[in-house]
Amino acid sequence: MQFDTILSLFEYFRWRIDLNLHEYQAKFRFAEFGIPIPRGKVAHSADEAVEIAQELGLPVVVKAQVFTGGRGKAGGVKLAKTMDEVKEHASNIIGMDIKEHTVHKVLIDPGANIKSEIYLGITNDRAARKPLIMCSAEGGMDIEEVNRTMPEKIIRVHVDPLLGLRGYQVTQLASGIDLPRNHWKQFSKIVQALYECYIGSDATLTEINPLAIIEEDGEEMLRALDGKMSIDENALYRHPKLADERDTSADPEEEIIAREADLSYVSLDGQIGCMVNGAGLAMATMDLTGIFGEEYGIGPANFLDIGGGAEADKVATALRIILAEPEVKAILINIFGGITRCDDVARGILQALDEVGTDLPMVVRLVGTNQEEGREIMEAANLPNLQTARSLYEAAQKAVEVVRKAMN
Amino acid sequence: MAILADKNSKIIVQGMTGKQGMFHSEQMIDYGTNVVGGVTPGKGGEWVLGKPIFDTVMTAREATDANCSLIFVPPPFAADAILESIDAEIPLIVCITEGIPIQDMMRVRTLLDNSNSRLLGANCPGLLTPEQAKVGIMPGYISTPGPIGVVSKSGTLTYEAVFALTERGMGQTTCVGIGGDPINGTSFIDVLQMFEDDHETEKVVLIGEIGGNDEQNAAAFIEKHMTKPVVAFIAGRRAPEGKTMGHAGALVEGGQGTAAEKIEKFEAVGVQVAEYPEQIPDLLNNVN
Repeated sequence: MQFDTILSLFEYFRWRIDLNLHEYQAKFRFAEFGIPIPRGKVAHSADEAVEIAQELGLPVVVKAQVFTGGRGKAGGVKLAKTMDEVKEHASNIIGMDIKEHTVHKVLIDPGANIKSEIYLGITNDRAARKPLIMCSAEGGMDIEEVNRTMPEKIIRVHVDPLLGLRGYQVTQLASGIDLPRNHWKQFSKIVQALYECYIGSDATLTEINPLAIIEEDGEEMLRALDGKMSIDENALYRHPKLADERDTSADPEEEIIAREADLSYVSLDGQIGCMVNGAGLAMATMDLTGIFGEEYGIGPANFLDIGGGAEADKVATALRIILAEPEVKAILINIFGGITRCDDVARGILQALDEVGTDLPMVVRLVGTNQEEGREIMEAANLPNLQTARSLYEAAQKAVEVVRKAMN
Repeated sequence: MAILADKNSKIIVQGMTGKQGMFHSEQMIDYGTNVVGGVTPGKGGEWVLGKPIFDTVMTAREATDANCSLIFVPPPFAADAILESIDAEIPLIVCITEGIPIQDMMRVRTLLDNSNSRLLGANCPGLLTPEQAKVGIMPGYISTPGPIGVVSKSGTLTYEAVFALTERGMGQTTCVGIGGDPINGTSFIDVLQMFEDDHETEKVVLIGEIGGNDEQNAAAFIEKHMTKPVVAFIAGRRAPEGKTMGHAGALVEGGQGTAAEKIEKFEAVGVQVAEYPEQIPDLLNNVN
């Protein structure tokens, strides 16, 4: 069962920045590396689900494929013992909303006779700067609860990225979770394969939960019943096949546009549309408009980082994304140029205004590399709704002020 | 005195012939930085901006006696560029490149830990010792010499803070950007120790952001080892809470790192935290 984790914006971005795979994509990828998975298939309709169930034999599990936790609680995972149940569950689950994510497809897996459940995950430990393998005999249930209450039940092994995973480390995991010895050989293969999958996919996460001990034809064996995988977006150039598998159907349109333009963008619920270069400054700008606007119910409408070296086209795309948000009452552009050149930004703003056109008030602050050229370009354009600011403090105050006027 | 780089540093630029490399090398030279050459594989023997270009870092170091390398190489080749500088035993490597795959950085960091080199970044603005050396992309005019040491995870936010100090007449010994990537070469603690040991630095400004636990570690270090006053700023107070898919991230120590958690840690050890960058000079005036 999955539980949500509240994380900070940074982790949120890591998650957004990473390419997330669906359960079925992750498990099929695991299988390519030799990890045993159920021989399930994906269905897009109830009829297709029944066909697959006829092929697999009953019972089957109907599992919603969505990028969110809490599927089980929300009724997105159901066991079907008859064909009628397959049809009923599949038609209920396809189209269902789980935490604002609409289900478009379901995975039909054969039912399994589960004896016990193990948690096995690999992720980047940024503090140790190494891959970290975690394993627990308390799989399937709330592993974060286990971490809080019985952290000793989670065995952790760091892998030296230059040496790779060593045999003795797998033994540490198997013996640490008291895995019955008859499963050690298969467990070792699975852990090695999961590590190879993690490295070979530039993953930031490969997770099997549960890795179940199941009984089939009177014999016990290990099988990866559920899987999760996230790929480092920065490494996608080495994995074109994985990049092609990206499912964008759940993403808001403006976020897809932002990603294609290489912009970091998150929609928030305030009125001040912000365009800033650099994540830190974008957050500081967001913080300060929030502090000044708090007593009037005014705040940032978005987080938008145009990154380093932003060219005119990119700035124009960023402005279009901001203007597409109906809540926006004013635009705050805060650029402190290092790699980014203020004249490029100024040309981008004018280009976007040419194409989109807006009557919204704008507060623009251009400081840093080529600031004089940037300011000259903005001044020459003679825009009626434009105010300039010298400092961040002044820019944030002016932006809050114009929104206050617009709201009265 | 300054930390990491000064007017005597001999700097080579890896990727000097590229668009960004050329633009910023020119600004560095105009600032008076001692750039002694560049490295671009396949362009050895050419001259750019009046400096010789070499095919490899090793030949560049042998010819110029360089002790610092600055990297402007695209992400797919950046890890290789860092490894080349480690191999050539360059003492200080500064990597500006943004977007290096995290597994590349895990391998780089492991090798780095067994080397004699220090890496600043990646994904950082570099460092600036006012009127001596500009190693990276920080705009030179925002800075002026003085007694304040600045260390930051962020890029543009560093300029903001340094500019605010300069406008209030508070000059800097050295401004250091360590970069905000999950795995980098130099931490807050490393730079705090350097400022503590630097005779000219009287007070230190630390600029952090949400994510990870580098700031929390810095707070613990300040309490134990710093005699000089430190003022901090943390970006991301208003960051919304997000959700994640797997559990592994939450099981890793320091996986959260909210602004509130970091501010609390700093305040608990007597470090004042500014609400916005331009408030930093006021807080510096209050500490002794």
